[in-house]
Amino acid sequence: MKALSQRRRHPLAAVALLLMGLLITGGLYMAAGSVNEAKAATGYSASDIEEGNKLFIANCATCHGLNAEGSADGPSLIGVGAAAVDFQVGTGRMPMQMQGPQAQAKPVQFDDAQISQLSAFVASLGAGPAIPSEDMLDTSHGDSAAGGTVFRVNCAMCHNAAAAGGALTRGKFAPALAGVSEKHIYEAMITGPQNMPVFNDSNITPDEKRDVITFLKEIESQGSPGGAKLGSLGPVAEGLFIWTAGLGIIIAFTIWLTSRPS
Amino acid sequence: MSTTTEYTPKTSTGRIAHFVDQRVGGSGIVKEFGRKIFPDHWSFMFGEVALYTFVLLLISGTFLTFFFDPSMAHVIYNGSYNPLRGIGMSAAYASTLDISFDVRGGLFMRQVHHWSAILFVAAVSVHMLRVFFTGAFRKPRELNWVVGGVLLILAMAAGFTGYSLPDDLLSGNGLRIIDGVVKSIPLVGTYISLFLFGGEFPGTLIIPRLYSLHIMIVPAIILLMVGIHLFMVVVHKHTQYPGPGRTNDNVVGFPVGPVYAAKAGGFFFIVYGIVAAISGLLTINPVWNYGPYDPSPVSAGTQPDWYIGFVDGALRLMPGVLGNFSFEWNIPFPWGVNTLSLNVLVPALIPAGIMFTIMFAWPWIESWVTKDKREHHLLDRPRNAPFRTGMGVAGVVSYCVMWAAASSDLIATHFHVSLNDVTYWLRVLFILGPILGFVVARRIALSLQRKDREIVLHGRETGVIEMSPEGAFSERHADMDVYKLHTLVNYEDRKVIPAQPNAAGHISRSEKRRGALSKFFFEDRVAPVTPSELAALKAEHGHGPAEIEGSSTESIEK
Repeated sequence: MKALSQRRRHPLAAVALLLMGLLITGGLYMAAGSVNEAKAATGYSASDIEEGNKLFIANCATCHGLNAEGSADGPSLIGVGAAAVDFQVGTGRMPMQMQGPQAQAKPVQFDDAQISQLSAFVASLGAGPAIPSEDMLDTSHGDSAAGGTVFRVNCAMCHNAAAAGGALTRGKFAPALAGVSEKHIYEAMITGPQNMPVFNDSNITPDEKRDVITFLKEIESQGSPGGAKLGSLGPVAEGLFIWTAGLGIIIAFTIWLTSRPS
Repeated sequence: MSTTTEYTPKTSTGRIAHFVDQRVGGSGIVKEFGRKIFPDHWSFMFGEVALYTFVLLLISGTFLTFFFDPSMAHVIYNGSYNPLRGIGMSAAYASTLDISFDVRGGLFMRQVHHWSAILFVAAVSVHMLRVFFTGAFRKPRELNWVVGGVLLILAMAAGFTGYSLPDDLLSGNGLRIIDGVVKSIPLVGTYISLFLFGGEFPGTLIIPRLYSLHIMIVPAIILLMVGIHLFMVVVHKHTQYPGPGRTNDNVVGFPVGPVYAAKAGGFFFIVYGIVAAISGLLTINPVWNYGPYDPSPVSAGTQPDWYIGFVDGALRLMPGVLGNFSFEWNIPFPWGVNTLSLNVLVPALIPAGIMFTIMFAWPWIESWVTKDKREHHLLDRPRNAPFRTGMGVAGVVSYCVMWAAASSDLIATHFHVSLNDVTYWLRVLFILGPILGFVVARRIALSLQRKDREIVLHGRETGVIEMSPEGAFSERHADMDVYKLHTLVNYEDRKVIPAQPNAAGHISRSEKRRGALSKFFFEDRVAPVTPSELAALKAEHGHGPAEIEGSSTESIEK
């Protein structure tokens, strides 16, 4: 303490104080801002990271750069976290088929082990959202009614109230959510893939995220109570049906009724 | 001479019938109405479809009123549908969910009601298109055409008020758009909105108010109009397509009793069966998907039912700004700045206004241009009135462009195109489409008339290829069956009537305009083949019914 007090009038003391203040506020901000961003590379072995690096160099580096630093064709992946990789590669969006308004889902290119290795590599580059654990996805503990409310307020404006998908500007779109795994839905919410915003844990808590997933899985599994749902597209599909099939059947009957035996 | 012997029926059924008949005079009605003749054509049956779906609406709607609670009181849902249990909502929405999930047969009846509603408006529209394209609105039926147009508007009003009743998110968004449109009306808009919703949107009054309109006032006016409509049909008699023996003074067809009573009665059950089958197999307006109304969320894919779609589409097509020109005007008045939202007011009211004005006025526009004040009971085949067909197609195209615009987001996602591009193209089509539609439809109609002429003059192609002794190949043409010939030659030949001077020898400005329109409509025309023309051609060719085109000796010698 004596040494410290002796140097308190040192010319660099003010600079040191400023630096300390910045580090503390910055550190606090980081801690507060990344409540949901689960810690990096936990549970991955060094060999996973090594294998992931090889896969990355062979499949991803063309656009994302040799050190995942990003290029004109693809963003930097430092700090995107394992969840982003698991979502993008696990749904087949990456490696991207072609540049376009947004990456489209296609058949998955890698097996689970390879996806895990790639996730390990990217997670090792910087702290980012981790792949959610099983209990965060356990829909048996979720509340579908609460999830439905969260979904209508936060998700339905792009994904449609029945999660049937919808259009965004200039060729971008929000996909339909039927058939998307619980894990991928969760990862999408915490990483904000393509044009989707990030819903961090202070915005939608992990429990609410689980409720949303419960809601989506429930409306998917319960089917349509009223019969064929015409794509859940609302009045357009209904109008199209009545003008084509509905009136078509009516016209067939009118022709039959007014035909004469020949 | 002598006292007439009292008729005494022998069976008990006969006795009851006789008793009733003597008191209400039923046989007189049957005698008069049962002998009424109606012509037979499939395209005449859409009005019937509209009537039957309306009856179906009354039946299914009555069922729904037993269980629906038109109240915006706040309740917590505790019914069978799990994804909404425990959620706060209006009593209207909760009772709609109860009808869907907890009332036996309720979901089926809801779907019957909604499917028949959109089929009802579709049938009314197709019926009006048939009447328009065949010229059935001409004298003496102009007023009935207007009544029909009023019925179309009433059908849309009935549909929209019903669509809003469940108080779900989808219909609430629709009401919010209506609120916006009302508020865009200059000066009075805000007041009308406040009166309509009993305060600021959404308030707690709109659902009960719409309910009164939907179950009582609108259907009552529809019933009255249907009564007037059918009464006028009986007074005017039904129109018929031209054909041998069919004149402006008769109706060729079958009597109501027994033919049409059976046919129409059967057709009612056919329509009922079709609607019931559709309702049993396909879901419509799954309100449980949309959730209770809450002014904050707006779901993707929010559209009105199809008959309001054209207004929604016009709103989507309208640009908010054009370059630097904004359609939102802030006008500084002495008492403060008032906003004139032309970007809402123009698309919401102008296209629909123009459409309905032209539609209602068309019978008078047409008789003014053609100077045709005669009665018409024989219909036009659409090709034989190219100007009218062109105008009709132009109207249909402009309606369909707006209609497509209402589903621009679904077009974008399903055809993998950019939403912005869809809007830009539809804007172009909105301007050019009707013009192209008019030109193309009129050309097609004129070409079909030419083809008819060709068939009359040269007979129909038999598909028999003959080789002449000289080695030339030609197709044998056969003469037309006289019955079919009648349809091809017997149509009205409308000619240009140039502007006429009035009694004082003066050509008024409106008469000049009429002359110009007449020229525009009838300059290009195909005259029907006259008997003398046909006879002259036959004589010239000098051979019998089995004319062989291109094989006459003259043509070879040349």
